[in-house]
Parts: sequence; C-alpha cells; structure tokens
Amino acid sequence: MAFELPKLDYAYDALEPYIDARTMEIHHTKHHGGYTSKLNAAIEGSDLDGKSIEELLANVSRHSTAVRNNGGGYYNHNLFWKVMAPDAGGKPEGELLAAIEKEFGSFDQFKETFNNAAATRFGSGWAWLVKQNNGKLVVGSTPNQDNPLMDVSELKGTPILGLDVWEHAYYLKYQNKRPEYIDAFWNVVNWDEVARRFETT
Amino acid sequence: MKFSLPQLPYATDALEPHISKRTLEFHYGMHHQTYVNNLNNLVPGTKFENADLETIIKEADGSIYNNGAQVWNHTFYFSSLSPNGGNAPTGPLAQAIDEAFGSFGAFREKFSQAATTLFGSGWAWLVKNRNGKLEIIKESNAGNPMRNGMIPILTCDVWEHAYYLDYQNRRPDYIEEFWNCVDWDIVGKRF
Repeated sequence: MAFELPKLDYAYDALEPYIDARTMEIHHTKHHGGYTSKLNAAIEGSDLDGKSIEELLANVSRHSTAVRNNGGGYYNHNLFWKVMAPDAGGKPEGELLAAIEKEFGSFDQFKETFNNAAATRFGSGWAWLVKQNNGKLVVGSTPNQDNPLMDVSELKGTPILGLDVWEHAYYLKYQNKRPEYIDAFWNVVNWDEVARRFETT
Repeated sequence: MKFSLPQLPYATDALEPHISKRTLEFHYGMHHQTYVNNLNNLVPGTKFENADLETIIKEADGSIYNNGAQVWNHTFYFSSLSPNGGNAPTGPLAQAIDEAFGSFGAFREKFSQAATTLFGSGWAWLVKNRNGKLEIIKESNAGNPMRNGMIPILTCDVWEHAYYLDYQNRRPDYIEEFWNCVDWDIVGKRF
C-alpha cells in the first residue's frame, strides 16, 4: 500500500502573514509530495511495502538511504502541518503546560531553548520537542530529514512538536533571517494537537 | 587576523538571467557576509586568532570550521562564475577532464548528478585528488575537500539559499543554469 500525501486541514493562505501561501503550496505539493513519491518508489515491491512509517523509521539503519531521507521527509512534514493551525499560537494548557514548566522552568524558557535549537541547527534540519520513553520532555534538533523516531538519531523519543528549518521552509519570505521565521512560528502552533500527542504517547 | 568579505568580481546583476540580482544580493551581501562576521566574532582568544582560512579548514571544528569553510567556499564559488561564463575548458584541464570522465559532456552529467543528489545543504566539487587525478565529490553543509588533502578546482553551492528565490524546489534547473555562468578560463588557470 502506497503512502499518500495528506491534504492540509487549512488553506495555503491560512497561516498568513506568518507563513505565506506560496511557501505553503510549494512546500506541501513539491517538497512533501516529492518525499512521498520517492518513498513509495524506494519501497515498492520490497518487503518494506505495507509497513507503517513508524516501523520503517524505527529500523531505518537497516534500510536504504532513500528510505531514511524520504521516509523522514514524509513523516516530518505530516507532523509539521498538523502542529500548525490558523488562529492558534498562545500557550499550552493543562498537563502539557505543567510538564513544560517542570522540565524547562517556564514556558518562556522552553521557547528560548527551542528557538536556540532551531537557530543553531547548521544546514538543513528540524527542531523538536520530544517526549522520551520515560515520559520526560526534551528539546533538540536533527539534521536533514532525520527525526527522533529513527534508530540512527542521537535525539530519541516521540516528537510532539517539530519545526522545519530547511531553507525551503522560509526562504521566500524570510531569506537569511531564520530567527524571524522561528519567532513567527509561535503564532501558528496548534497547542491542542501538541497536547493530544503528548497525552496519547 | 581580521577576515573581510572579498569583493564580488562582477555586479550583482551580471549573472542574470541565470542567477538573479536578488539572489546574489542575499547570497553575497547577507550569507557570505554573515559567515565573515561570525568567524571574526568566534576566533579571538582561540588558537585560530591569527590563522588563515586554509588552516582553519584543515584543523578547526564546530562553529569556527563551519564559518571559516563557508567563507572560503563562497569566495571560491563566486570567483568560478562570471558574465563571460558558459564556455568550455581548454588546454590541460580539457585534456584531464577527457581522461578522467571520457568527455566534457560526460563530466558535466556526472557533476550535475552529484549536485542534484546531495541531500540537504552542501556543495558539489571537482577536485584534484591525492593521486593528482580529477574526481567529483559531494560535501554536506560547510564541507571542504582540502580537509581531506584534495585540491578544489570547481564548486557548485547547493544550499537552498543559492537558488530558492529563482528556482524554488527545482534544483536541477539551477544546476543547468549554473553551467552558463562557469568561467572555464578562470577554472583552467586554477588547474
């Protein structure tokens, strides 16, 4: 069964002015679409065909580079679109907020840690808020399309929030100013979805 | 030693329509400049305070390596291009390319393939390897072949910032246009 490019829950212009419609459309249709079709091509007819994306990533060291890169790209963007929404932003509540405050001291300190992870990832990659197997929250980053579900990743656990810092995620609107893009991101974080992932992981 | 941004050897609109003025303004004026500034902020008080870029590329790690190599890589990239580019190599370089790759066309195809398939940010390089033979290699992020004892002859920047304003996700289109800018007189002299 082939992987499918998911539809977005909102229009391409719904995250304006923080993320522009042109960036969203190219990012979704071309970049995410490209990872999806290349992942399918990489597993078609092999014994990996039919496995879930999580299964593929958990044992990715045994698979080809194409599965690692495109499987990561497929999963990461699926998550990215879900953890953003129009009319979102603000602060998390309830259990998630409590866990963030416990781990990072305050929501603002968490944001600062996350911003720093996103800004200092050299080259292409992702910044993550991860729930580790022991239930603790941790912030970190991974290169290229790697993610914390992969057995090859130093940062391990279940990602509950992710920010794409490949230049394609922000270059049309922010060019070299990655920190401005990171600041803007907080206005579209869908904390309900992040909390759902935190509670169900 | 204070590092400075070398002058771009042509106007920012000189490579149009292949590489836009806007792209070069950001790429040279912002990205290249930022690597220079970062490096100048990083080296004071370290053993690289008075080092040249080549020493930094061969010996440094982490941020000093990343910024130092990116200063060198961009200078090398920009100075491989010119408004008189798009010609073909001649003389000893042409001969060496034929010997190593069969023909100039076959070389171009192989180099383009390397530049297209480098995953993430990085550089495609034509180098003289330790045996004096021409070779095509890929390097991620700030990677520079001098670190491994090879001599760079030509490079193509495939960080998305090098082409995204002009070509977005279409990296192969950028690489095709890159060939129209490569000045083989300059590259041949290096060789």
